[in-house]
Amino acid sequence: MKILVCISHVPDTTSKINFTENDTKFDTNGVQFVINPNDEFGLTRAMWFKEKQQANVTVVNVGGPETEPTLRKALAIGADSAIRVNTAAKDGFQVAKELAKVVQDGGYDLVIAGRESIDYNGGMVPGMLAGLTNANFVNNCISLEVDGNNAKAIREIDGGKETVSTALPLVIGGQKGLVEESDLRIPNMRGIMMARQKPLQVVEPVDAQAETDSVKFEKPAPKGAVKLVDADNVQELVDLLHNEAKVI
Amino acid sequence: MSVLVYTESESGKFKKTALEVASYAKAVADKMGTSVTAITFNADDTSVLGNHGVDKVLKVTNSQLESFNANAYASAIAQAVRNENAKVVIISSSADSKYLAPLLAVDLEAGYASNVVEAPSNTAPFTVKRTAFTNKAFNMTTINTDVKLVGVSKNAFRVVDNAVSATAEDFSPSIPELGVSVESVDKVTGKVTIADAEIVVSGGRGLKGPENWGMIEELADVLGAATACSKPVSDLGWRPHSEHVGQTGKPVASNLYIAVGISGAIQHLAGINASKVKVVINTDPEAPFFKAADYGIVGDAFEVVPKLIENLKTFKAQQ
Ligand SMILES: Cc1cc2nc3c(=O)[nH]c(=O)nc-3n(C[C@H](O)[C@H](O)[C@H](O)COP(=O)(O)OP(=O)(O)OC[C@H]3O[C@@H](n4cnc5c(N)ncnc54)[C@H](O)[C@@H]3O)c2cc1C
Repeated sequence: MKILVCISHVPDTTSKINFTENDTKFDTNGVQFVINPNDEFGLTRAMWFKEKQQANVTVVNVGGPETEPTLRKALAIGADSAIRVNTAAKDGFQVAKELAKVVQDGGYDLVIAGRESIDYNGGMVPGMLAGLTNANFVNNCISLEVDGNNAKAIREIDGGKETVSTALPLVIGGQKGLVEESDLRIPNMRGIMMARQKPLQVVEPVDAQAETDSVKFEKPAPKGAVKLVDADNVQELVDLLHNEAKVI
Repeated sequence: MSVLVYTESESGKFKKTALEVASYAKAVADKMGTSVTAITFNADDTSVLGNHGVDKVLKVTNSQLESFNANAYASAIAQAVRNENAKVVIISSSADSKYLAPLLAVDLEAGYASNVVEAPSNTAPFTVKRTAFTNKAFNMTTINTDVKLVGVSKNAFRVVDNAVSATAEDFSPSIPELGVSVESVDKVTGKVTIADAEIVVSGGRGLKGPENWGMIEELADVLGAATACSKPVSDLGWRPHSEHVGQTGKPVASNLYIAVGISGAIQHLAGINASKVKVVINTDPEAPFFKAADYGIVGDAFEVVPKLIENLKTFKAQQ
């Protein structure tokens, strides 16, 4: 089985979010970049397929050279090879189109992507990629088993979960549950050394066009101070929620 | 030319988000001087949609579509969009809508903006405000394609009463290969889900252990709320993963979010910040949650929560 894991290169969850160039660009100054958390669960599940079912795992990112350390980290975790499509990510559609080319060229059976990236939160690349490559698609995927050409997955739905059967080629939008938090791997020294020898191929883009443009960013208005209620006067909280906030 | 909206139902009844997206579609249609067409799947009484601005309802009734299938639903909606020559398509942010949206976008060659929180500020270029960086920022985005797909955030756009007389007609789209088939559904019945809840009561590591969740559930019961938890609580197995909220868990956009024994780490807050009113109960006055909350009690949850339950019961009885 050939697996492609889509890796989004995103600011660490604790990053301060600021903008530059008249609020049109994300300010990367001092920001630490990491593998998108949803993708990390997927990558770890891919490692399971590699170890238990002899899958071959390639990781891919659409982005500039600055994303290579993130791909190297994925290699250090255990992916066999990496591909970087050498173009800035503009919107979900453009990224999906670039990835579709990689999928078609590489003939992957299974594409594991994250349900959304924590920077742009578009939540559209996995589904668009499935649509563009005519693959089956399971979103919010929290469990995945593959047996030959058949796959069984569990997807989270509002208020529960659903077990589905489908077939390869398949794209999933994955999240926590694919593996547990405690299964996530921190690259060790040996992994980091080995990653340096593994192939990281840079491919040129097909120059897909974006369908949307980010015009400007805004930060939420600063919040007013919290209203504190005395622990001995809980009734006051009930009154405030009813009369002032009008939420009960 | 019209605005087409997918109004979701469950067991034949419309979800609240269906009325929110109908109201949103009406606001867009008014700006563009056009009408609103809704598409429904196996919904019973569609007349309620007229109360929220829908002029015409396309009713799909098909036993093959009894359980949700992203391919089939996306294809049916795309067929409706083509039939109606709709230029703007509106959907919600439910798990199902977010599942079908990218497939629909590819089918229609439509640019897609998700997590949109306001009516478009401009329709040419079509400009919407969406959340980004998990609620830490907003992003003004233009959609440049002929057909535009907008996913509206939950609880961001108010249900507006806008009575028009809605006509209804049957619509029988062709059904593509399903690709994915449902084997079983495991859904808690009779419990409010985090996705639909107006109020969410959430517990953190400050509650010390799973045996102490009785009072969280009771507080939720009194309020008709859903229960949720912080990430470590689900990682420790105190509560199921489905209750984990935050940046790497479920997003919450309720009217009221009550956090009990939760410190308010940045990753937690990012996921729940879209809630309108936030209350924190925590022993530590320095806990970061107090900076994000509207109301707070510095105190021991094991004393405060039982009192709050009692007072709320009395309050509810008087209502
Ligand atoms: C990549 C990444 C992603 C993450 N994603 C998420 C996410 O999606 N969601 C999430 O929640 N976290 C997430 N986290 C974890 C986050 O950083 C925090 O560790 C977590 O939110 C803390 O959970 P907590 O508030 O329950 O526990 P703690 O931080 O331990 O806080 C417990 C709180 O309870 C209070 N307390 C103790 N006793 C009492 C009492 N008797 N009564 C009242 N209060 C009491 C304490 O004062 C303290 O403030 C993520 C972390 C990382 C690194």
